[in-house]
Amino acid sequence: MTKAEEEFQAKIDRDIKIEPKDWMPDAYRKTLVRQISQHAHSEIVGMLPEGNWITRAPSLRRKVALLAKVQDEAGHGLYLYSAVETLGTDREQTIDDMHSGKAKYSSIFNYPTLSWADMGAVGWLVDGAAIVNQVALQRTSYGPYSRAMVKICKEESFHQRQGYELLIHMCNGTKEQKEMAQDALNRFWWPSLMMFGPSDTDSPNTAQSMAWRVKRYTNDDLRQQFVDITVPQAEFLGLTIPDPDLKMNEETGHYEFGEINWEEFFNVVNGNGPCNRERIAARSNAKKNGSWVIDAANAYAEKQRMKKKVA
Amino acid sequence: MANENWPLWEVFIRSRQGLNHKHVGSLRAADQEMAIENARDVYTRRSEGVSIWVVLSANVHASNPSDKGPMFDPAEDKVYRHPTFYDIPDEIGHM
Ligand SMILES: [Fe+2]
Ligand SMILES: [Fe+2]
Repeated sequence: MTKAEEEFQAKIDRDIKIEPKDWMPDAYRKTLVRQISQHAHSEIVGMLPEGNWITRAPSLRRKVALLAKVQDEAGHGLYLYSAVETLGTDREQTIDDMHSGKAKYSSIFNYPTLSWADMGAVGWLVDGAAIVNQVALQRTSYGPYSRAMVKICKEESFHQRQGYELLIHMCNGTKEQKEMAQDALNRFWWPSLMMFGPSDTDSPNTAQSMAWRVKRYTNDDLRQQFVDITVPQAEFLGLTIPDPDLKMNEETGHYEFGEINWEEFFNVVNGNGPCNRERIAARSNAKKNGSWVIDAANAYAEKQRMKKKVA
Repeated sequence: MANENWPLWEVFIRSRQGLNHKHVGSLRAADQEMAIENARDVYTRRSEGVSIWVVLSANVHASNPSDKGPMFDPAEDKVYRHPTFYDIPDEIGHM
């Protein structure tokens, strides 16, 4: 290790945050760019499966909640893109890297939202899993990322609550409604567990990320936390988690759960999930079709500046 | 597409009357009006603010982190700038 690297690691070990202009190893910067941009893309792509249902929300109460949630996710994307930018990257390049497939986003958003109950399952499980991950990341070592997480966590709680409340209503509704809720859980349970990423034995970057305190817990630790929190919530709804191996281990106080289908996980990550193509197409078309707005606003701003000069 | 990127703005928010503006983040916008409107939408959706400042990031000049020592260490051994440095008898009470 060079002297600069030693000083850097000593700062990390004392839990001193790293700020944009501080010296940092190239590999640390690269890891952050990859992780934060992936996180930003997930917020933005995550708007699509829910945006899909806004016009069909069954009541005004549900509609304003869903609208507000999706708007929050756009904000989360922005905080995170800003954080990536502090690392010296170009924002538009970062976005283009997602469109070209070079950068990834959370695989969960490559699953379709087929019924209104999915809006409940997404809020409860997908935002629930995101919260577990993001609460841990509030203590990440890079200042701008950590501050973005603090702000995001404050906003995230209502996302999960509105989803869970919606499911309580459906589970207390007609038989068909309860079946819809169960069906949503069946489809979203395993992909939600996959949100925490590959298992620790299969995650070669974890050790370094932990040493740099970019990550504070391993994927498997966070996944376990999520299962322990979520199982009793499913029981309260009267729904069955689609895992015959799920059982409480009285000794450890943790739930044991079945093997995750990693083949499916890597398949979806590598672009072959049910909606990968659709999601990327939606995002890159949005950029293409919206690019005139950028130019028009620039032209308008320039005109205003000229007017002021004359006056 | 060869869009010219909107410039980056730093956003400062006064959360309550009587408090100072505090840096909350940044965003991109074509001009100051748009920057303030976007800051309203992004940073004050839950009544977090009563006033917004936006400053072009390019206009922010910062001290150099590697000068941290020479810049800030000199203040550390000047204990006589703090009230606890001075001995005042107890019978005087709070001063
Ligand atoms: Fe979010
Ligand atoms: Fe969310």
